[in-house]
Amino acid sequence: MIATANMQPSARAGVRAVIAIAATVVFWEVTSRFGEWTGVAIPMMNVIPPPSRVLLAWYNLIGDVGYWQSWYLSFLRVLAGFGVAMLLGIPFGMLLALSRTFYQITFPPFEVLRPIPPLAWVPAAILFWPTQELSIAFITFLGAFYTIVINVVGGARSIDSRYVQSAYAMGASRWTLFRRVIFPATLPSIIVGAAVGMGITWEVVVAAEMISGGGSSMGQGAGSGTGGGLGFFIWNSYTGGSYEQIVVGMISIGIAGYISSSAIRILGNLVAPWLKAR
Amino acid sequence: MTKKTKGGKLEVRDVSKAYGNGRFAKTVVDRCSFTVEDNKLTVMIGPSGSGKSTMVRLLASFEQPTAGSVLLDGKRVTKPGSDRLVVFQETALYPWMTTYTNVVFGPEAQGRSKGSCKKAADELINKVGLSQFHESYPHELSGGMQRRAELARALINDPAIMILDEPFRGLDAMTKGLMQEYYARLFESSQNTHLFVTTDIDEAIFLADRLLIMSNFPLRLREVIDVDLPRPRKLADVIESDAANDLKKKALAILHEEAMRSFMPSGSAASEVIAG
Repeated sequence: MIATANMQPSARAGVRAVIAIAATVVFWEVTSRFGEWTGVAIPMMNVIPPPSRVLLAWYNLIGDVGYWQSWYLSFLRVLAGFGVAMLLGIPFGMLLALSRTFYQITFPPFEVLRPIPPLAWVPAAILFWPTQELSIAFITFLGAFYTIVINVVGGARSIDSRYVQSAYAMGASRWTLFRRVIFPATLPSIIVGAAVGMGITWEVVVAAEMISGGGSSMGQGAGSGTGGGLGFFIWNSYTGGSYEQIVVGMISIGIAGYISSSAIRILGNLVAPWLKAR
Repeated sequence: MTKKTKGGKLEVRDVSKAYGNGRFAKTVVDRCSFTVEDNKLTVMIGPSGSGKSTMVRLLASFEQPTAGSVLLDGKRVTKPGSDRLVVFQETALYPWMTTYTNVVFGPEAQGRSKGSCKKAADELINKVGLSQFHESYPHELSGGMQRRAELARALINDPAIMILDEPFRGLDAMTKGLMQEYYARLFESSQNTHLFVTTDIDEAIFLADRLLIMSNFPLRLREVIDVDLPRPRKLADVIESDAANDLKKKALAILHEEAMRSFMPSGSAASEVIAG
């Protein structure tokens, strides 16, 4: 065992993370190859390719344009859907929170549409958007939009009334009140909404890519998933019988999601530095 | 703070405040009248839950009275304004602004340029002893420092009347004592009009020029006691002073009666429970 008692808390956390990941990989390798070695296969684990073979498949994909194109396309779709969801969701949520009339008119239909899972929109989206690329982006957008709106409304409505009262008392106009009090007070909720929304966006984009058969036929490459995003890359590997590549695709999405949520966290700390130390 | 306005005089005339309608109406303030004399420190004391904070919101025009009127220097006030600023029970500093940005919020909101209020703000932050915490966020300040930052944020607007609603509640005993002495110095050096709301009799006697003892729910003025202890005051002197102790006994007798009233199973109390 590595002694962690005398280490910095951050270093200790890092060591533990590495050990945990290494242990998972070893467990996976052993259980996956157990049948090969002893003739007694472990159910479920025996159909999953061991990490050593996955790594080899991954290594062979490093130079593959199609694989990186899948990354690029999925990221592009996530960013497009997520970006539009933020651009529309924040003002929409603010209006819902601040205008009673707007709320009474808009919120009922919003609440009826909200429970419809984004994936239920796939056929309709394919019908009414001219290109498949746009339908995927639309579905991705829906995934993030509802979450962002609900968080903005909740945040803007739960602002401490003393913040508003003292701003008015100190002579703030409605615009100053919004810009310097209501908006920053809602920022923590916006950041939470963005983080959750980003997670949903990745879930949705992968499913949408699988269902729609990869969207546009952009990009070419030697790998089995050519140009359809990471979701289609997985699906294509499945139909092509390359199980190692399925796992490569899955882990790629895990990494992509991690990069995205880290980016949100870093951006969140930049726009709301007062939240960092709490 | 280009011009130093003299402290204002606040009059409350037959003010009532009720919430709800008809049978379910609950009267929190009932035909209450009193005056906050100019350039004096008036302390309002009453049991907790007696409606004092409601009165503060009415004075600041955050809410409108059901009946009666609030007058500042003879003129009726109906809108919140920087002439009547409130320091709240728990801190209402903006957590997303540094000490400095919090303090200059008022002047900037009123359209003054960023540069013009810098000198006054720096002076005030210095005066409340926070010059080292100029760029700190409120959560990086202790409870006592937060209250001082809040005092500075209110004082920079040079209000005609400062209203402090139990500002030292929740502070530990040591900090509370220090803040009371600090606040007394601040008042003595500026001699503006202050209304200080509290439930703490020792705090009330130590600070007050005039003591307004309020009745328990619905809120009404029960008695006015003039506290003519010499200024500047020191906490240790006031604790040992016989005059202060006599005043305290007198005030406590009335307060005790008021507090007891809320325990009595009287008809009015029962109806309040049902209505509430």
